[in-house]
Amino acid sequence: MGVFILKRFVAMIITLLIIITLTFFLMHAAPGDPFDFDAEGGISAQARENLMIHYGLDQPTHIQYFNYIKNLATLDFGPSMVSRSRTVDSMIANGFPASLVLGFTTLIFSVISGIILGVIAALRHNRMVDYVTMIIAVLGISIPNFILAMIFIKYIGLQFDFFPVARWGTWRHVILPALALSSGPIAIIARLTRSNMLEVLNQDYIRTAKAKGISPTRIVMKHALRNALLPVVTIMGALTASVLTGSFVIERIFAVPGVGRYFVESISNRDYPMIMATTVVYSAILVFMMFIVDLVYGIIDPRIKLHKKEG
Amino acid sequence: MDNSAKASKKHAQNIPDDLFTPVNKNGDNEAEFMRPSVGFWQDAWFRLMKNKVAVLGLILIVIMIIMAIIGPWLTPYDYREGVLSNQNQPPSTTHWFGTDELGRDMFTRVWYGARVSLFIGFAAAFIEFFIGVSYGGLSGYKGGRVDNIMMRFVDVLYGLPYLLVVILLMVVMDPGVFTIIVALSLTGWIGMARIVRGQVLQLKSNEYVLASKVLGGSTSRIVRKHLLPNSMGPIIVSMTLTVPGAIFAEAFLSFLGLGVQAPIASWGTMANDALGVLNTGYWWRLVFPAVMISLTMFAFNVFGDGLRDALDPKMRR
Repeated sequence: MGVFILKRFVAMIITLLIIITLTFFLMHAAPGDPFDFDAEGGISAQARENLMIHYGLDQPTHIQYFNYIKNLATLDFGPSMVSRSRTVDSMIANGFPASLVLGFTTLIFSVISGIILGVIAALRHNRMVDYVTMIIAVLGISIPNFILAMIFIKYIGLQFDFFPVARWGTWRHVILPALALSSGPIAIIARLTRSNMLEVLNQDYIRTAKAKGISPTRIVMKHALRNALLPVVTIMGALTASVLTGSFVIERIFAVPGVGRYFVESISNRDYPMIMATTVVYSAILVFMMFIVDLVYGIIDPRIKLHKKEG
Repeated sequence: MDNSAKASKKHAQNIPDDLFTPVNKNGDNEAEFMRPSVGFWQDAWFRLMKNKVAVLGLILIVIMIIMAIIGPWLTPYDYREGVLSNQNQPPSTTHWFGTDELGRDMFTRVWYGARVSLFIGFAAAFIEFFIGVSYGGLSGYKGGRVDNIMMRFVDVLYGLPYLLVVILLMVVMDPGVFTIIVALSLTGWIGMARIVRGQVLQLKSNEYVLASKVLGGSTSRIVRKHLLPNSMGPIIVSMTLTVPGAIFAEAFLSFLGLGVQAPIASWGTMANDALGVLNTGYWWRLVFPAVMISLTMFAFNVFGDGLRDALDPKMRR
């Protein structure tokens, strides 16, 4: 187990390094620099040059790269080149809590409700509950989250004062954005849980358990659900990715003061340190999540180590 | 044998001749007792046609494609130009889906957006098909060390957050339809490559592949005649499910302002425009693009699911 963890951990760091490197050189290959629009605003060529020197942009790209990696090791993302007086660290630190709360609420909410819906649908196969769940699942996959968010604002938020449609602060602000963001994941988890439950419930060991006289609740909780949830664990990494990217739009629509808005802003502003920081933060979360998924998978399914070589 | 033949002859003598009819020389009436032989694709087609939801999806897709082609021509208006005095008109007989804040006809714009969305969806699916099939096919067919190296590369790419790559590419290239297609195919082929590799790996050890090799079939012949046709099912399903993903990605990026740029109409940009007028009464600004995106995603998703059930009976759940 120790070797397995170490291997996955090293793989995680390598993936992260590749992402950082790719982003860094792609970004510098892009035409334009952070002080482009200042030139229109009338700063002199001399001032512009001084700014470039001040931020180290006059040096060759590979030296900038090594400096960046060195700073990153101490978690120093550098100064923002657009909001001059602020460091990227402080901006990320400001926005991060809101994004984190939104992301976690969404993930937890989608996992819980998705699993519950899926299990109930499987136990009531081909009955009303099953059909309703499947309709919800199809709708959740078909309606993009930003459309759903706007529908929520128009028909729930603006009708009832209870759900604020913008800004941040109390738990009530979280509800609508989290609901909109979780529609897709709920649909995916519910479908997956349902189909796996249906398969597992047909297995011989479930029949044996029934024959032994074990109560239905216990069969579901102890024998069926545990096996049915394996595939759900595998897709958690991909789901986290979709929640992260989805949060870009959702944060924008609900004016959530999170990290998401910096991502889009920094790209059009060519704010190099900010682009790097948002990329690093998002991919670090994602890669870490995949690492956790691998570990959890190894723990709940001991067979995984036997098959690892073949993968 | 001899005895029974004699016995039956004896029996036959008791039966009047007019009850005998000559056997049809073509052997046609024998076929009546046999199930007509049905090919794999025909069989899959029957299974698909039995799935009502999938058929509904297929019909919707066909309608969408037809309307995307003829829709913008059904009105006298241009998708780029509007009459400012006609701004934000509700749906009426002159403007079937109403107008936007620049007085542009929404009906024309919605179907023009359908062209953009469907084009991006299909283009992404086809590019993904070519890259994914070549890469996955090569990796699976060669096997061994080549396969190992090629798959490690795929694993690293798989770890990259997909929309991150897309958005980063928007930095290097100017936003637009072409950039979106490049960005989507850059990340999209990975899933296809994995599917094809798995299929090829599994199929290449079959006896008929060995037979073809023994008979002197070239590698390209084996791949073209045996491996590809047999892995076509999962490939087609994956392509069908790529389309809604690409359409969603386009709408998502356009909504963020990183997708297609004005004056080109797209469902994403139209939905984004509607965000500003959400608390006014201009419901048609949101409803039409929203319904179109959702219907298209719905149609491709249920059709893709139906295809999977039809093409892969073992996978059916």
